[in-house]
Amino acid sequence: MMRASKPWQGLKANFYGNNFLVLITVVLFIAIYVAGVFIYRDKNFGSLNSFFDMLNSNPGLIIIAAGMTMVLISGGIDISVGSQVAMYCMMFAYFMENRQANAYAMILIVLVTGVVFGLVQGALVAYLNIQPFIVTLAGMFFARGMTAMISPQTIDITNADFMALALRRIQVPFGGYVNAAGVYQTPFVYLSVVLALVGLLAVYAVMTWTRFGRNVYAVGGGEQSARLMGVDTKRTKLAVYTFNGFLTAFGGFLFCLFSTGGAVEKAQGFEMQAIASAVIGGALLTGGVGNVIGSFFGVLVQTTIVKFINFNGTLANGWSNIVLAVIMSFFIILQSVFAYVRRRRE
Amino acid sequence: MPDPLIRMRGITKRFPGVIALDGVDFTLQPGEVHALMGENGAGKSTLVKVLTGAEAFEEGKIFLGGSDTPIVNHSPQEAQTRGISTVYQEVNLCPNLSVAENLFVGRQPRRLAFVRWGEIRRRARSIMADIGVGIDVEKPLESYSIAVQQMVAIGRAIDMAAQVLILDEPTSSLNESEVRTLFELVRRLKGQGLGIVFITHFLEQVYEVCDRITVLRNGRLAGEYAIETLPRKDLVAAMLGRAFDDLAEIRVAGAAPTATTVPTVSARGLGVHGGVKPFDLNIYPGEVYGLAGLLGSGRTEVARAVYGADSHDTGTLAVKGKPIACSPRDSLKAGLAFCPESRKDEGCVAELTVRENIVLAEQTKRGAFRLIPRDEQEAIAGKYADLLQIKTASLETPIKQLSGGNQQKVILARWLATQPDFLILDEPTRGIDIGTKTEIQKLCVQLAAAGMSVLFISSEIDEMLRTCGRIGVMRDLAKVGELSGDELSSSAVMAQIAGGRHDEA
Repeated sequence: MMRASKPWQGLKANFYGNNFLVLITVVLFIAIYVAGVFIYRDKNFGSLNSFFDMLNSNPGLIIIAAGMTMVLISGGIDISVGSQVAMYCMMFAYFMENRQANAYAMILIVLVTGVVFGLVQGALVAYLNIQPFIVTLAGMFFARGMTAMISPQTIDITNADFMALALRRIQVPFGGYVNAAGVYQTPFVYLSVVLALVGLLAVYAVMTWTRFGRNVYAVGGGEQSARLMGVDTKRTKLAVYTFNGFLTAFGGFLFCLFSTGGAVEKAQGFEMQAIASAVIGGALLTGGVGNVIGSFFGVLVQTTIVKFINFNGTLANGWSNIVLAVIMSFFIILQSVFAYVRRRRE
Repeated sequence: MPDPLIRMRGITKRFPGVIALDGVDFTLQPGEVHALMGENGAGKSTLVKVLTGAEAFEEGKIFLGGSDTPIVNHSPQEAQTRGISTVYQEVNLCPNLSVAENLFVGRQPRRLAFVRWGEIRRRARSIMADIGVGIDVEKPLESYSIAVQQMVAIGRAIDMAAQVLILDEPTSSLNESEVRTLFELVRRLKGQGLGIVFITHFLEQVYEVCDRITVLRNGRLAGEYAIETLPRKDLVAAMLGRAFDDLAEIRVAGAAPTATTVPTVSARGLGVHGGVKPFDLNIYPGEVYGLAGLLGSGRTEVARAVYGADSHDTGTLAVKGKPIACSPRDSLKAGLAFCPESRKDEGCVAELTVRENIVLAEQTKRGAFRLIPRDEQEAIAGKYADLLQIKTASLETPIKQLSGGNQQKVILARWLATQPDFLILDEPTRGIDIGTKTEIQKLCVQLAAAGMSVLFISSEIDEMLRTCGRIGVMRDLAKVGELSGDELSSSAVMAQIAGGRHDEA
């Protein structure tokens, strides 16, 4: 009985203090969503199908936001992830379509590429003490350049194995609705969403229950302190960027399952969406604070806003960015207020 | 008698150009609190760093316990495995993590690969209860005061099976009741047979909690004493390296200001929370006022509070009878000038020329949008370069090419160029040659004769006696006395610095 309750105590400890911000994100998401359900009650906003659509179109972002959160917690940043995603999509498209590569072999190759990419960036950050922003800025240009080197053309994926994975649906036997034509719409998620959620939970587990994960929090909270307490800070940072490289490749794969094609301009600004999700989810860019579950809700908040604008039908797309800007400002101000209140209390 | 916990013998450590430690011996017995005293640069921190493996050393041997095999610690972690833990002046914990987690960072108990949170919390509670701090260990460290954080650091150090606990200025951020709690804990640990090395600037605390004192001076061992055999006066003399009476006493004939004179600067109960304790200070036109005290006694803090570099929490400040808002900009406009202690960090702009460095403060005073014309800049710079005899190839030479003494003169010129009524000089003569020193001292007296008020901070009592009409004495962040006229003598100043009751002196 005692033993069974331990993981939940760990969870509870994790929701103390700054993780209160995560709670606010969750509440905010629910509030926006419920508002949407009421405002668009004639348009099936509240149906499970509509909710699943949000997940179905964002499996890549869910994973990459989780990886970004980990990097931010360590006190770093990785702005190369968007370009990396474009490069991985192009690798899939070019090698499967133009070189008849095996889909499963390609998944493996992409994941290994991601690990190597992260390892190099991590080595530069950890052992040569170069600013992560600069290192990953270089990584960003490099990956985007490599994408064009592989192929400057837009390539659509038709590989049968890959498309089978991309279109694999997991249906849910409840919560659907009958559309205008009188046909029952069964809610479903793609396989990629299931993979994304499993990956998300795995990252959460690593961050919460492994010494590596705790060291990442320690390094972000105070690198010098962490070193004096016996944490190998350089190795921890190397591992952070390497792990993030893996997650970026995995996210790139999931992104590709959704977009099924490669193009030089794919996933532009994706890194900024990931950072936005992490920040809305309660991560601080100064490091030490954040939660990968929070970043998932950050993704949901962002996609809900887009959905809002789309459901309205008359609003210009620009509104979704403006609303996002407002919500992010709201969060940053909230964080400052919390920091201020804490200082006042002391 | 039990074997000593640590014997350090003939430790020598060189940095490029200086010998930081020169054949120092240090012995720590079990069950004692051993103070390590000395002015800054005496080698206290270096000795501790050598012991904990944070610094390598060239000569000498370190023995643990009764063993005759010398040991060398290569890293703080290695020292820790030998039972030597250190609590640093700044809290070296992670504020974002819970108290419980901080106690176990880098050494979390695990089952398979998974951190055992239940175990961590259980043991954390017992550690904190053990040292008498009943707090919720699941809250983040940053939600507690610095004192509690320091206790957590100590809890961590003790739990790592420490035989030796090194406390490197742990009390500088604590208030009195927090210090008392810490000392209770120190006494308890002493009773359990730990050896505790205690480094502090506060003399009172040394006499309150320590059993033995090792004094270092300029990298050499000045002596090891039992606390009962070393009165405060002698401790200060040992730290500063001279007896009370062997100084030539040079007086400055300075008339005490009359009660009707309006002071240039007048502070009433000025204090900074967690910094300098409330003090009164009146400085009159035409006087050089000295602030004496050991390093860390609060001399600089007084200057910063008066200048508005640190905002005060209590008291009032008036310039020429008028109350003044507290910011460096307002102070500058009111005719105050502050020439800070560390000219490298706070004074020189290394890349700029002598001329640019000299006009910097005057330009600030006039506002960024009213650029001083080039010829006026040259006139100002030329005037003060002549007045202070700054040795430079030209006014357009980058200041980094000048010697330390001349850099100091440039900084001085910068503040003189603002034509202040009140000039604060924090250690203006440190690290410069004797000739330049004398020039700067003369200049202070001349400036005062011309009607300026000067606040002069120095570690050298001789120098202060030569230049100052009155001397305020700081100890443990409080102004403890003021000497003027016939009271001015090096023994009187030193006695005030040492403090304590008269029967102890």
